[in-house]
Amino acid sequence: MVERAPVLSFVCHAILIAGALIVCVPLYFAFVAGSLSIAEVQKVPLPWLPGDQFLSNLQAAWAKANFSRTFVNSVVVALGITAGKIAVSLLSAFAITYFRFRFRMLAFWLIFVSLMLPIEVRIVPTFEAVANAALPLQWLADTLHLADLWRWISGHDVTIALEWNMVNTYPGLILPLIASATATFLFRQFFLTVPDELCEAARLDGASPLRFFWSILLPLSVPNMVALAIILFLFGWNQYLWPLLFTTDKDMATAVIALKNLIPRSDSEPAWNVAMSGALLTMLPPTLVILLLQRWFLKGLVDSSK
Amino acid sequence: MKRANFGEGPGLPTLLLLPQFLILLFFFFIPSLRALTQSVLLSDPFGTTVQFVWLDNFTELFASGEYRQSMWVTFQFTVGQNALTLLVALVLAFATDHIIRGRSVYRTIILLPYAIAPAIAGILWAFLFNPAVGPLAQILHGLGIAWDPNLNPNHALLLVTLAASWKHICYDYIFLVVGLLAVPVSLMEAAAVDGAGPIRRFVSIGLPMLGPTVFFLAVMNFIYGFFETFAIIDAVTKGGPAGATNILVYKVYVDGFVNLNLGSSAAQSVLLMSFALLCTLLQFRYFDRKVNYGV
Repeated sequence: MVERAPVLSFVCHAILIAGALIVCVPLYFAFVAGSLSIAEVQKVPLPWLPGDQFLSNLQAAWAKANFSRTFVNSVVVALGITAGKIAVSLLSAFAITYFRFRFRMLAFWLIFVSLMLPIEVRIVPTFEAVANAALPLQWLADTLHLADLWRWISGHDVTIALEWNMVNTYPGLILPLIASATATFLFRQFFLTVPDELCEAARLDGASPLRFFWSILLPLSVPNMVALAIILFLFGWNQYLWPLLFTTDKDMATAVIALKNLIPRSDSEPAWNVAMSGALLTMLPPTLVILLLQRWFLKGLVDSSK
Repeated sequence: MKRANFGEGPGLPTLLLLPQFLILLFFFFIPSLRALTQSVLLSDPFGTTVQFVWLDNFTELFASGEYRQSMWVTFQFTVGQNALTLLVALVLAFATDHIIRGRSVYRTIILLPYAIAPAIAGILWAFLFNPAVGPLAQILHGLGIAWDPNLNPNHALLLVTLAASWKHICYDYIFLVVGLLAVPVSLMEAAAVDGAGPIRRFVSIGLPMLGPTVFFLAVMNFIYGFFETFAIIDAVTKGGPAGATNILVYKVYVDGFVNLNLGSSAAQSVLLMSFALLCTLLQFRYFDRKVNYGV
């Protein structure tokens, strides 16, 4: 603010109020629709004020979308992705910043390459990989003709059929989404700003690398970890494409996927009231995270995108 | 590279890197390579016969009207979404920069859609614009517009564009607000002394200094539009009507998982990968600038 300009600040407030309205209108109508009975929600025009069915719609949505199970799945998946990504990234960022070893640059570049491709562009092969995680080993066995080798050695016929199916399991939902290196680079950037003297002092005191990592580096990284954890939690909770491929078993669906089944299609009863209360329910946990941890969230957002 | 380090042998660092590399190997490198090899193979839906077909999958794609339509739809959708998102975010960021009271309240509200999954954003807007019950659709009908995204391709495309932008404005907004904070006040004051009004200052000083940020955001918007909007399409229009919202990433999914045309789906994946690579390279230009000029 350089000079006083009452007209301009008035216009700016008007713009921001309009912006806030654009954000709030869909949420408000979701709430209104979510509080009406099925007959009321089909009335034209839609009432502008909420009705009194909010709780019963919530219950209906809760039961219909199997939320007592799918919410748990969402929590497990979101927390699993968060914890997994942070743990794996911390370790590898520590390795590439604090050690000099032969293939350091190769390791660095291999991780770097993985920044480039989102999971959406390799869904079919990734699905294959999860449907049978042992497939690469199978190829190895096939190319090396291990079965023939064994027959030649022992005289017995064997078929090598390796299988490790992760469809409909938590690891299958979580692990493929950990495979991106953004967090590694975030921690690497942060480690580079940690004063060298800390590491030297630790070494003079005879601390082992792991001791230094655990007692000095980790405590220093807590703010970054928290900020990143919020972003990753939202990322995990809001996942869609990957869990969608896993809904062969309804009990393994996440809340967002279960919500999708509440949307009225043209041939079904237009139960928008239940769908909208379900939508509000599903967006509640991530919204609370943002509202309660806003300062950290902003830091994480700006950091992890650079 | 750190000056201080634990210069020990390769044992410990290898162990530390192992979890990351195992996950990357299984879920990143092998699938990516598989996509590349599959894209030059032709297999029947049951995977019983596989044939090497050179680049046939690709030439077939470019010859198919469906794929070209998908490219055109993706272009309209991502450009529209990008322009709308950036424009609204710029106006909001400008306004935020010029007020003193209430900043954090506005910021909190405008940030909310970040918490909301793209699928849910899509569902909310699908309801608002539902031709039978949606309040906004009723307003349009009242104005004499025969609004129906289930039948009219343009309406469907407009609907998903609006939903995608609504969800993403908060992202651009927060980066622009942060970027504007970095513009030196002294520069603005000097311009004010020279008689430049607030809007003139924004256009002549603020915007050019935001240049790299805007570029970065445009690239991020394209990545978002290309990949993350899958959920909006699947939850709202399923690519229809008549392929009007069948964006490329949705087509990969339908061809791969519904039609089981693996070769074509893989070829499409490879094309999308190239696009993602291009975007990443563009992002690094932005990184470079940030490093060189320390903005």
